[in-house]
Amino acid sequence: MKAAVIVFPGSNCDRDLAVAIEKVTGTAPAMVWHAETALPDGLDLIALPGGFSYGDYLRSGAMSARAPVMAAVVAAAGEGRAVLGVCNGFQILTEAGLLPGALMRNAGLDFVCRDVALTVANAQTMFSARYDAGATIRIPVAHHDGNYVADAETLDRLEGDGRVVFRYAEDVNGSARGIAGIVNAGGNVLGLMPHPERLIEPAQGGTDGRALFEALHAALG
Amino acid sequence: MKARVTISLKPGVLDPQGRAIASALGGLGFAGVEGVRQGKVIELDLADGTPPETIEAMCRQLLANTVIENYRIELA
Repeated sequence: MKAAVIVFPGSNCDRDLAVAIEKVTGTAPAMVWHAETALPDGLDLIALPGGFSYGDYLRSGAMSARAPVMAAVVAAAGEGRAVLGVCNGFQILTEAGLLPGALMRNAGLDFVCRDVALTVANAQTMFSARYDAGATIRIPVAHHDGNYVADAETLDRLEGDGRVVFRYAEDVNGSARGIAGIVNAGGNVLGLMPHPERLIEPAQGGTDGRALFEALHAALG
Repeated sequence: MKARVTISLKPGVLDPQGRAIASALGGLGFAGVEGVRQGKVIELDLADGTPPETIEAMCRQLLANTVIENYRIELA
C-alpha cells in the first residue's frame, strides 16, 4: 500500500499518523508538504493529519483546504483513491467540500481531550471493515471544533445511505446525531474527529484504533 | 477602495459562543439579553475598480463557509 501524509503548517499528528501507517502496513508513507502542487504517483491512500493547521485562522481547516496540494487531493479523491482525514484533517475535508457539513465549536465550549466511547455504525466501508458492526470502541479525541453540523436533509441522507461510520456513544461535543465520522458518497473519503492513530499498540494504552489501518491495508494491498 | 464583509451564522445554526456571551452579560447584571449571535467582520483593502463579483467570489471561496454562514458585503 502506497500512502502519503499531507503536512500543513501547524499539523501536529502527522508523525503519529505516519508511524501508525508504517507499523500496520510495513511501508512508511511519503510526507508531502502542503505547498506541493502534485502528489507522488500511484498513491493508494492520502492521509490528512490532526493539528491546528494555520493556527485555525478564519475557521478550523479553512486555510488548509485552499492550500496548493489540495487540488491534487480533491482530484485523487475524485479518482476513487482513499482519503483519510483525522480531526483537523476532517475539518479540512469538509472545508474542501469533499465531505458535507461543517465542524463547529464544541457545544460545551471546552476543548475536549479524553478517550471517548464510539459505536461502529457502518462496518462495511474500506475504513471500518475490520470492526464488528455495532461494536463499541474507545478512541481518544482532542478538539475544540468537533461539533458536526449539517442541515436535516443532509443528515437524513448520511444516515439513510449508511455514511455515518462512527458515532459517539456518549455526549462529547454536541455533534448532530452523535456523528463522529462520515464517508463521502463514493465511500473512499473518511473524516473522523477521534484519533485512531493514537491507539495502535498496547504501549499506547489500547489498540482500538489499529483495525482502521488494518482494514485499509487489507482493502488497498 | 475598501470593502467590509460581515459574516454571521445562518439562522438555526447553534452558536455556543453567542450563548456563552449572553450568559456572561446576564452574570454582569444586564437584564433582558434574549439572545446573542457572534460573527466576524473582515475589512479588505482592494485595488480601485475591483468588481463586486470578485468580492462575492472571495466570500464564497474562502471568507465564509456557506454551509453554516451568511455574508454581507458593504463597499466604502
